[in-house]
Amino acid sequence: MNWMVEVAVARPAPASGAWLHGVARHAEPATLAAIPGMDGAPVRAVSAAGLVAVVSTAPLDEYGEEPIRRNLEDLAWLERAARAHHAVVEALARRGPVVPARLATVHTDDERVAGSLGAHRAELVATLDRLTGRGEWGVKGYLAPGAATVDAETTGRGGVGTAYLRRRRAQLTSREEHLQVAGAAADAVHSALCELAVAGRRHAPQDRRLSGASATMVLNGAYLVDVAALPRFTELVGSLGGRHPGLRLELTGPWPAYSFVAERAEPALTVREAG
Amino acid sequence: MTTSLAPNSADDPLAYRPVALVDLLDRVLATGVVISGDITLAVADVDLVRISLRALVASVGALPQQEDAG
Repeated sequence: MNWMVEVAVARPAPASGAWLHGVARHAEPATLAAIPGMDGAPVRAVSAAGLVAVVSTAPLDEYGEEPIRRNLEDLAWLERAARAHHAVVEALARRGPVVPARLATVHTDDERVAGSLGAHRAELVATLDRLTGRGEWGVKGYLAPGAATVDAETTGRGGVGTAYLRRRRAQLTSREEHLQVAGAAADAVHSALCELAVAGRRHAPQDRRLSGASATMVLNGAYLVDVAALPRFTELVGSLGGRHPGLRLELTGPWPAYSFVAERAEPALTVREAG
Repeated sequence: MTTSLAPNSADDPLAYRPVALVDLLDRVLATGVVISGDITLAVADVDLVRISLRALVASVGALPQQEDAG
C-alpha cells in the first residue's frame, strides 16, 4: 500500500506542527524564551534565508486541519487563539519590524516553515524594510449620536395613517441622507489621513453585534504611519473630528502592521447586519 | 509606579489599552501575510475565514445579554 511506502521513507506523522506568528530579521533567544506562545510554552525561532520565523509548537490534535476548522467556530477558542497570537506578534513588534502571519497559519513541521522563508525571502525582506520605523494605527468613524435626528413632526397634514407613512418615509429618507453625508465625510477623512500616512486601507465596517457599538460604523480605516509623523497624525485625527461633526472618530493603536503585509489586496470581508 | 499594566514604554504617546476583540479579528483574520509552503495545513484560506466569521456572528448573536440595537 502506498502509505506504507511513504511511512517507510519519511518519518512518522508529526504529532505537532508549527503555528507561525510572524517573521523578523532576527530575534534574541532570550527574548523568545520570555514570550509565551499558543499553549503558554515559550515561542521558538526557525531560522532560514537570513530571516527568523517565530513559531509556537502546535499539537495537531488541536491545531491540525480538521480540529482547527472546528475550533475556529468556537468563539471562546477563537478569542483565546487571537489574543495569544496577537500577544506574540505585539511583543515582537515592540523590538523591531515584524511581518505578522494571519491567524491559524500552521505548517506541518519546521522544515516547511524554513522552506517558505526561503521561497518568500525577497517579499519578506521588502516588507520588513517597508515597515521599519512605522506603525499601524486604526481610525474608526461612527455616525455621531444625534446626527440622524429627524424633524418628523413637521411633515404636513393628512389622516393618521397618511401622516404616519409620510413621517416614516421622511425618517427613512433622512436616515439615508445622513448615511450618505456620513459616508462622504468618512471618504474625506480617509483621504486626508492617507495623505499623511505611508499607506492606508479600509476594512469592512464592523458588525454592531460584534463590536457592541451603539452607533453605525462608516469608517474602519488602518494607516501605516512613520513614527516621526505620529504627533501630526494624532493631531490630524483630532482636527478631522472637529471638521466633521457628523462623525465620531476613534483612534486605536499602535498595532503591529497586520493590515500592510498582504502580497496582494484581499477582498474585503464583510459581515453584513442580517435582515 | 503603575508600570505593571503598561508593557509599552512610557514614551508611547497612547497608554496601553486592552484590545477589543473585534478590532483584533479585523486584523488577524482578514490580513496578515499567508506564507504557504508546499504542504501547509491550508487553514489560512479565505473560505475558512468566512466560516469562522459566520460562526462568530452566530455565537455573538446567541449571547444572552446581547440586545439588537436596531
